[in-house]
Amino acid sequence: MLFDINKVLGFHAKALNVRAEQSEVIANNLANVDTPGFKSRTLDFKEAMDVFTGKTLAMSGSHKKHFILENNNLPRNEIKYRTPDGAQLDGNTVDKDVETVAFAKNALDYQSSLTFLSASIKSMRSAIRGE
Amino acid sequence: MSLFKVFDISGSGMRAQSLRLTTTASNLSNGNVVSNSPATTYRPRYPIFSPVNTDLENGPFSETPGVKVDGISVSNRPVDRRYQPEHPLADSEGYVYVPNVNMVEEMTNMISASRSYQMNVEVVSTVKDLMSRTLQMGT
Repeated sequence: MLFDINKVLGFHAKALNVRAEQSEVIANNLANVDTPGFKSRTLDFKEAMDVFTGKTLAMSGSHKKHFILENNNLPRNEIKYRTPDGAQLDGNTVDKDVETVAFAKNALDYQSSLTFLSASIKSMRSAIRGE
Repeated sequence: MSLFKVFDISGSGMRAQSLRLTTTASNLSNGNVVSNSPATTYRPRYPIFSPVNTDLENGPFSETPGVKVDGISVSNRPVDRRYQPEHPLADSEGYVYVPNVNMVEEMTNMISASRSYQMNVEVVSTVKDLMSRTLQMGT
């Protein structure tokens, strides 16, 4: 193959997966905004991209009794806790304003990844048609 | 594509907040109903929320997170009583019992619940828009 389609489209597709996971995390924070004792979470973008591109720390072994963790069995720790601004009486650390702004930013990032992907697809299409 | 899960998560949030609005409406409407004895007086009801248990061992969010309603707690604050001997429901000493519903607390609960409900609705509509754009990608 002259070009690998994963290389052309791969990075933005993985970024879309990360953005989708981030919107899950934020939606969970917003759904639990009144739950006592709930601690709000956030996604670390760099670590999440490492998980989806397969660059997490795998262990290799040289002896048959070594434990080898495959890439898909590793504990994923890209979801971290957000530092709250102040303590609330019921132990909840979700800040409505921070979460809504983070959600709006995430939606915008998702749309920009979509636009890049779409532009790549369109340019491939016009190359195929020979325009 | 895990964006589908956001509908379930925000749906659970909307359900929880609308249950909170229902209990607030019940407390407000029964807040002035007097009765004969403390045992039959209306007591305010509040829902109990808890997050859906999500362990992070098998990868984040192995089951769909969100909020679940554990039950509805009945408040056991002591009931107020009023001296009103000519009331038809007065007991032998002339007292009637009124529910201990704090109207200000119920109104703030209503405002908070409706604001949280609005935020969950915004999340759902934004994600719906993103998914329809994803479907039209490349055209």
